[in-house]
Amino acid sequence: MAEWAEEITHVAGTDLAMIKGGTGKPLLVLHEELGHPGWMSWHEALAKERTLLIPIQPGYGKSPRVEQIRNVHELGMFYSWVMREMNVGQIDVVGFSLGGWVAAEMATANSKQFRKMVLVAPSGIKAPEGEILDIFAVTIGTQLNATVLDIAATPEFRKMYGGERTPEQFEAFEDARTESARIAWDPILHNPSLPYFLAGVRGLPTQIIWGREDATVPVSVGEAYKSALKNTDAKLTIFDHCGHRPEIEKSAEFIKLVREFLV
Amino acid sequence: MNLMYFTERPYRDVPEDEVIKNRGFFGVPNRFFDREKGSQLYNEYLDEMVYSEDVGFDSIMLNEHHGTPFCMGAVMNVEASILARITKRARIVLLGNPLPTFKNPLRIAEELATIDCISHGRLVPGWVRGAGSEQIFNQANPAYNRERFNEAHDLILAAWTRPGPFRWEGKHFNYRYVNPWVLPYQKPHPPIMIPGVLSPETVVWCAEHRYPYLGLGTALSATAELWNIYGDTAAKLGYVAGSENFGYLQHVVVAETEEKAEELGRAHLFGGGQGAFSRPEHTLPPGYNSREATRRLARTMTAGSGGFLGVSAEQLGRSNEPKEPTNLQQVADSTRRRMARGEATVDEARAAIYKSYPKAVEGLQIIAGTPKSVIPKIRKILEVLRPGTFGVFQSQGPVSFEDRMTSIRLLGQEVLPAVREIGKELGIVDGFERIPGSRPFTAGTKRDQLVSLDALRA
Repeated sequence: MAEWAEEITHVAGTDLAMIKGGTGKPLLVLHEELGHPGWMSWHEALAKERTLLIPIQPGYGKSPRVEQIRNVHELGMFYSWVMREMNVGQIDVVGFSLGGWVAAEMATANSKQFRKMVLVAPSGIKAPEGEILDIFAVTIGTQLNATVLDIAATPEFRKMYGGERTPEQFEAFEDARTESARIAWDPILHNPSLPYFLAGVRGLPTQIIWGREDATVPVSVGEAYKSALKNTDAKLTIFDHCGHRPEIEKSAEFIKLVREFLV
Repeated sequence: MNLMYFTERPYRDVPEDEVIKNRGFFGVPNRFFDREKGSQLYNEYLDEMVYSEDVGFDSIMLNEHHGTPFCMGAVMNVEASILARITKRARIVLLGNPLPTFKNPLRIAEELATIDCISHGRLVPGWVRGAGSEQIFNQANPAYNRERFNEAHDLILAAWTRPGPFRWEGKHFNYRYVNPWVLPYQKPHPPIMIPGVLSPETVVWCAEHRYPYLGLGTALSATAELWNIYGDTAAKLGYVAGSENFGYLQHVVVAETEEKAEELGRAHLFGGGQGAFSRPEHTLPPGYNSREATRRLARTMTAGSGGFLGVSAEQLGRSNEPKEPTNLQQVADSTRRRMARGEATVDEARAAIYKSYPKAVEGLQIIAGTPKSVIPKIRKILEVLRPGTFGVFQSQGPVSFEDRMTSIRLLGQEVLPAVREIGKELGIVDGFERIPGSRPFTAGTKRDQLVSLDALRA
């Protein structure tokens, strides 16, 4: 089991909670809109060769809200500042769902801050077909359950977020949902300008990963990301019989793909 | 006392099955709206309100909800504008405009000033955060609900009282030229009243602004507790709060016979009544409540004390439900949960809803009867809460125009005079007889007793 620890770093004018674990070159991991789900098997696998840096998004309970971050683009600016201040140099990034959107925003501002980018079912672009699930108008239970195609066939699903619905976890979810709503309520989980700016991304190899049956962010958004990233080497891999969390629904394939891509 | 008439202006012809299947009024598909029925109802409601003035009510209250057959008053200021012209004497009390949902609150300042002018100064504006569903319907970011409420409020007051033109550069609203030509008739601005459903933050905010707080049918003991918070806050701020600082809205329906009254009273529960206003995910969108309120909610698993639109255990999205539902809210919640899991049919859900009627009556959530039987019940509420403004909430559900008008007539003929006498006997003064916040508090003395829990226990 890889060693990991959560620490508070004073950076970018705030106290940012960050989980650090593993060994090797740093890998920035941007969690999804319900927060860091806990140390899963894919974390463990990647931590064998990389030092995972997992900032807990400001406003998500452990990190205080930064009022000046008023949209997802500004959240990307914030993380860019954090990375500069931490002197990590050019870094690889993996972003999940809303965290993937954040990574994409960062890339549009400065593609050179990343060496390679992995986007796992990011929101951020209006779905050409279907709709991004309005996670703000459903219960937490509905939101969570919609993220995987087959709960029974996804053993790690029950391990996420400690596996129990305690009052503390309820509060943590509410903090996360509140902060996501604050920055992504309108337009509904996308930035209309993002596709235009993604065309400005150059020299950043990008691996986009999607589940074909994703009920949270439709696979059409994956296609849209791929075509928007037309001036860089972007590849879209779609897993069959998979929902919004390929990292736990197709864990082995996901780990293999990401590992090989990040070489 | 300020006696106030209120009808929520429901769309009474929506099929109850659709409300039950939808597990709430908000979000029932609008294909069930029939323009002929809608048109007729709007006009009946205006007639009811004019009649309520004729029979002796001092005020007419309107409210605002969106996207729901529960209340057709989605554009309350339009109705208020009509009342401004067709009524003569009654105050027009708006409880209230959901400020956070407006993209342009300066427009609201203009609309309200217009209503105040047309009515020759009879407007009582009131503002609300809006139910959770209003945020969903109006695309208003719930995480900024309180901030937008506060800033819109400050902007409207400034637009009314600060000589223009001036620039407004806030966090959520920016205006380059604030200079509304039409200003309110009442100076320095119309008297404001704020309704609520037991949010302590709102109560403290009201006390800070010296605005009367009106409880929307909230549980008596919890309401009493909050009014004491108001009173303590007022004392700290250097004034004495009294009955002029409070109001209370109560379901009351009156008929010639007890049998008829019960039929009308039961209609309050149509579709699940208040407890079925909206589904949990629409009632509490993320960030709608403060972090402190969310923390309280996560730990307070008791249901049923929230009053209208009240939150409950179900809204936590948790699985542990009470084994034996003990009140109206719990029954509604329990049934909706079972419906959601496909464990209850529509008919079973309906039966559960109406089964709770005796408890609703016993808990004074609904007062229905002949004039003779409702007066002592109203007396009890007045003894416990001593509200300067007492609002009568007309029956919901499929109740005929004739029955509604009869209720208004009987209220006017027999109930209102008796309630006025009780008010006098109890020394209840309303916020128009005595300006709320006008009495200085002397440090070291005892503040007024605002509520009587002895009366509640009696």
